[in-house]
Amino acid sequence: MKFAFYPGCVARGAAPELYTSTMLVLDKLGIETEEIEKAACTGAGVLQEKNQKLGDVLNIRTLALAEQMDLPVMTICSTCQGVISQANHRVNKNTDYLEEINAELAKEGLHYSGKTEVKHLLWILIEDIGIDSLQNKFNIDLSGFSFAPFYGCYIVRPSDALGFGENPQRKHSLDMVIESTGASSVDYDGKTQCCGFPILLINQKNSLKMVSKHTGDAKDNGADAMVTPCPLCHLNLDGYQSKARKKNRGDKADLPILHLPQLIGMAMGIDPKALGVNKHLVSTVEFVKSIKSKITT
Amino acid sequence: MQAQIKVKRFDPEQSDESFFQDYSVDVTDESTILDGLIKIREEQDGTLGLRCSCRASICGSCSMRVNGSAKLVCKTRIKEVAPNGEVISIEPMGNMPVIKDLVSDMDAFWSKVRSVDPYVKTDFKPEAEHIASNDSMTHLLGVMNCIMCGACVSECTALEVDSNFIGPAALAKAYRFVADPRDEDKNTRLSKLNGNDGVWDCTRCLACVEVCPKDVAPMERIVKMRELAIEEGYTNTSGFRHTDTFVESIRRHGRLDETRLALESTGLKNISGLIDLAIIGLKSLFRGKIPPVLPHRPKDFNKITSIVERLEDKRKD
Repeated sequence: MKFAFYPGCVARGAAPELYTSTMLVLDKLGIETEEIEKAACTGAGVLQEKNQKLGDVLNIRTLALAEQMDLPVMTICSTCQGVISQANHRVNKNTDYLEEINAELAKEGLHYSGKTEVKHLLWILIEDIGIDSLQNKFNIDLSGFSFAPFYGCYIVRPSDALGFGENPQRKHSLDMVIESTGASSVDYDGKTQCCGFPILLINQKNSLKMVSKHTGDAKDNGADAMVTPCPLCHLNLDGYQSKARKKNRGDKADLPILHLPQLIGMAMGIDPKALGVNKHLVSTVEFVKSIKSKITT
Repeated sequence: MQAQIKVKRFDPEQSDESFFQDYSVDVTDESTILDGLIKIREEQDGTLGLRCSCRASICGSCSMRVNGSAKLVCKTRIKEVAPNGEVISIEPMGNMPVIKDLVSDMDAFWSKVRSVDPYVKTDFKPEAEHIASNDSMTHLLGVMNCIMCGACVSECTALEVDSNFIGPAALAKAYRFVADPRDEDKNTRLSKLNGNDGVWDCTRCLACVEVCPKDVAPMERIVKMRELAIEEGYTNTSGFRHTDTFVESIRRHGRLDETRLALESTGLKNISGLIDLAIIGLKSLFRGKIPPVLPHRPKDFNKITSIVERLEDKRKD
């Protein structure tokens, strides 16, 4: 199984532990990757506010590069997945627009036929690996733990651009993966809501209210940690949890936020430190201790 | 077939607490959720409060939460939501006070819609009709389909934490006039919407796009108004600085320069914002989590620079 790999800017920047943990997990899963080395940032929906066509050209260019490699694309960021899927959806439903984009790409000798499949690692786990095969790779039973899923907006909406019609299981994919480890998936209102990151630098007050509400609700519903397939959500829910909780709930940051591959890696028995779990801003010391006690028992 | 419906009940004259009440009602394969609710009210429980009128997804009266997300219940068949007889959860819309049971108080909703002056403003006095081009009206058809049902407001994640935010319905309505070629108040409208509680407070979470029963896509209209506000020269906002730095970062590096983005969006004169960033930066440093000084550039990144120059600079001209 091989994919053209699009790690995204944050895994290569502010959340390097996502990149490291992904590589460790892919190795155990036997998934080969070849990075799309020439690919640009997706624009994260922000660049699109100024110039949507520019965003579409950059993202369709990424798909054209993958088409040259003759491989489907793997992403590890909900936002990257959503923004590329939306661009792909726009050109696939409008052949005139695809031609317009291809005219731009032709200046670099590239062409996109519209056929490249783009999948987040989360979907690859349930659709290409399969829950049973995934469980065969696990060495640690995480039963007794409760994890709160936090999907990230762009991997759940708009559902028509994300192939939910043909792949309805995608709607519950993170819950399915959490439960495959033996752990319980915590049900709470915020799991498909906004983490607040897009407005962090614009309206921090509202952004922090979102962080406080979601991490607080997850904790109140029994979560030992939160798991997200989106590094942008991670940056806000982890980085600003302390300030958000103090300001809005008057309590302390107490909910570790894990990247999806960190959860999978721990279930596989990989050392949490190697997965970079210790690099998060909300302390993971107690959580890691309880995971390690599972390994030794 | 039997539909299992649990309804969130609330009657302020009886109690301050809401509760769920279970009903079982005989329906057909074609029955909508509204059919089921009306049947419950007529045959089992006359005290059930709900609002409805046309039963044909035109009047926008019967928006409510079905399994946690707003829908027009007259447009939603029971079989589609519960193909195997699953229990259907019905609640009033979110982000609005409840008057009774499934009846929401839409006063704030209407005030916000009225606040955008939802009519064409012009001094032009045509002798007959005030003609607009076919293209401009076709473009507006999508947003004119809005039936003011409130589904987008119910699910708006920004409104959930800030009731002052003007919200997706009022902003979509504002776009309908901002983009109308006959309107002469575009600049003033954009100036107002560019301020606090306006277009930049939207999180772009797409919840409004997902639930709108008429494909109005409010968020897309909001994003378009951000673009128009920038074009009109309203650039003294952190929202503008954020999007502008994003484009420049991709122009320079092909990727995101996270450090510069954070600094420039915050604004170099915003001392408390910069202190905040410094604290997060130091904490990250302490954990051994340091973003590279320059972003990890893609191979041949100058090709990306050329695309940005071609498409962004051409657009500016």
